[in-house]
Amino acid sequence: MAVPATKLKEKKEIIDVGLEEGAARLTYERIEQVINRVITAEMAARMKVYVDTCIHCGLCSTACHYYLSHGTPEWAPVGKVKQTMWEILEKKGKVSPEFIKRASIIASTECNVCRRCSMYCPYGIDIAYIMATVRRICHLLGVTPQYIQDTAHSHSATMNQMWVKEDEWIDTLQWQEGEAQADMPSLRIALDKEGADIMYSVIGPEPKFRAQLIYQAAILMTAAGVDWTMPASPGWDNSDMCMFTGDFEMMGRVKRTHFETAAKLRVKKIVMGECGHAFRSVYDVGNRWLGWKMPPIPVIHATQFYYELLKEGKIKIARKLKEPVTLHDPCNIVRGRGLHEMMRYLVNATCENFVEMYPNREQNHCCCAGGGVINCGPPWKTKRVESNSIKAEQLAATGVHICIAPCHNCHGGLEDIINTYKLNMHTMFFIDVLMKTMEIPDSLKA
Amino acid sequence: MQGIYEFVRGPLLWLTFIVFIGGSLYKLIPMYYLLKKKEAFVLSYMSLKYSLRSILHWIIPFASANMRQRPIMTVMSFGFHICLLVTPVFLLSHIVLWDESWNLSWWALPDWIADIMTLVVIGACVFFAFRRQILPEVKYVTSVADYAILAVTAAPFITGFLAYHQWIEYRTMLILHILSGEIMLMAIPFTRLVHMFYFWLTRAYMGSEFGGVRHARDW
Ligand code: SF4
Ligand code: SF4
Ligand code: SF4
Repeated sequence: MAVPATKLKEKKEIIDVGLEEGAARLTYERIEQVINRVITAEMAARMKVYVDTCIHCGLCSTACHYYLSHGTPEWAPVGKVKQTMWEILEKKGKVSPEFIKRASIIASTECNVCRRCSMYCPYGIDIAYIMATVRRICHLLGVTPQYIQDTAHSHSATMNQMWVKEDEWIDTLQWQEGEAQADMPSLRIALDKEGADIMYSVIGPEPKFRAQLIYQAAILMTAAGVDWTMPASPGWDNSDMCMFTGDFEMMGRVKRTHFETAAKLRVKKIVMGECGHAFRSVYDVGNRWLGWKMPPIPVIHATQFYYELLKEGKIKIARKLKEPVTLHDPCNIVRGRGLHEMMRYLVNATCENFVEMYPNREQNHCCCAGGGVINCGPPWKTKRVESNSIKAEQLAATGVHICIAPCHNCHGGLEDIINTYKLNMHTMFFIDVLMKTMEIPDSLKA
Repeated sequence: MQGIYEFVRGPLLWLTFIVFIGGSLYKLIPMYYLLKKKEAFVLSYMSLKYSLRSILHWIIPFASANMRQRPIMTVMSFGFHICLLVTPVFLLSHIVLWDESWNLSWWALPDWIADIMTLVVIGACVFFAFRRQILPEVKYVTSVADYAILAVTAAPFITGFLAYHQWIEYRTMLILHILSGEIMLMAIPFTRLVHMFYFWLTRAYMGSEFGGVRHARDW
């Protein structure tokens, strides 16, 4: 349930029980102890170099959509570092519970760890990493926004983000299989098929809220004649809130389960659904935490998978979308994996009229939902949307009514922006576009 | 007077070199070992190709999006850094000193060009100081130390300029010039001026991450 915007505006401070109660439990000794542990054991050299190198030039400010939307210095990337890490290091951890609460708010709700600022800093200082480290400290101190902590708990209890039980998961897949068989009688969602070419993994919210995406994936896989499977046991969820809360131990467990599931099924590669943050976790952050330089089993994001299917002629486009569309470049698969040209190939292959957003590709503005910010839940929604008026301008400037965004978080974030700023647009996943445009061989049709 | 002059030109100069070189090594070597011990993965992602690609993009004026968005700042900071590094090395009176002491000499800048370049450095420092005052996002993160660094950097150029033109008593200015140059060199390893070394490293790492792991550009 969203809190009405007017109500939030009246309130000076947003109350988040996770932060309030977490901070109330803190003592100065505990704070100092935890911070010093993180400083000496985890962030030793890189953080020192970054903090010593930053010349306080403020050149990173115009990288950040928060700064561009509010225009005041405390939203600039370096401004956020000043309010958090500089003080933590300067005081060697002798900071107050109130400070930690504020630091948690800044790091968790005022930064999407989207990494745009490291492309604007002449030194390439990784401010997203600095903010993630602040979250790590806050996590170890138990001061994390309640909603995202709740999903992190869900990961640790169920190995998925949404408390989906094992039988519910299997049930959902069978239900979607049944639905899809109405269109394609020969379609199967093979569960736990050992030796399949591909394991398809999705994020927890798909079976919970967007089951039609699983249905659509099954149609696509069948039409393309792919040998694929979905796991029947925990490990099917590739999402990761623990990466965003700084609970790296739990992140490691979740990622290990995902890879082990794929290893058990002896698949050649993992194809992930259209989610940016999950990709970051599997490909980049979680994978490395587990000690692999590159993922032990090749992982590709859905957009790359679609691109390859189209290129190899395994799927064909019957009719292109006529309405003009624009494309949002999700940070985690663009700055995080360079998939922007493949996405453009997909748009051009499926749509007649493509209008670019500016800036685009690596330079694109984040949706302001990513990095766990949308997952901090309703209390923070108004702030999040107000902090991205720049995105509303960017979207409005295209003048189109369809925005393709191959990332779940981006969808959520963009829809909130579209509604708040009344942009008269709607968002689509690539798979939605493919369902409308792809050719279904007659032999498969019902 | 002669005594002070002999001191800044002799023992203090040696001390400066020792502090500068020793300090720099003291900054870099333990950092390397710390990195190797705690964050070895950083080293494993380093890629020569992508490091150079990134560094190249950031040492060419207007090659990055940010530089194009701020033309004045870009011109100022490139002008500043180029003049700051080139002027002292190719200044005729400095080369004469090298020649006298170690019999080393090389091509020198005409004096009038060196003069202009000196003014560029001083002007840029004034510009940076004003920028710190005027732009709220910069002012917000500015501390006294940031102005001090600007002063330390500008001082050798201001005193050098005054000494060369002999507007104020030459001997005093010369001593101040040498002294301020020595202070600046000694300050490099222990202040933000250390970015002179770290620029290459942090840029190379970000370049390697963006290029090698994320297959994207970082400019
Ligand atoms: S990572 Fe993104 S959201 Fe965070 S400070 Fe940088 S530009 Fe802003
Ligand atoms: S651009 Fe880089 S050096 Fe300048 S203030 Fe931002 S982080 Fe610091
Ligand atoms: S939700 Fe989308 S735009 Fe936002 S950070 Fe994630 S990938 Fe980027």
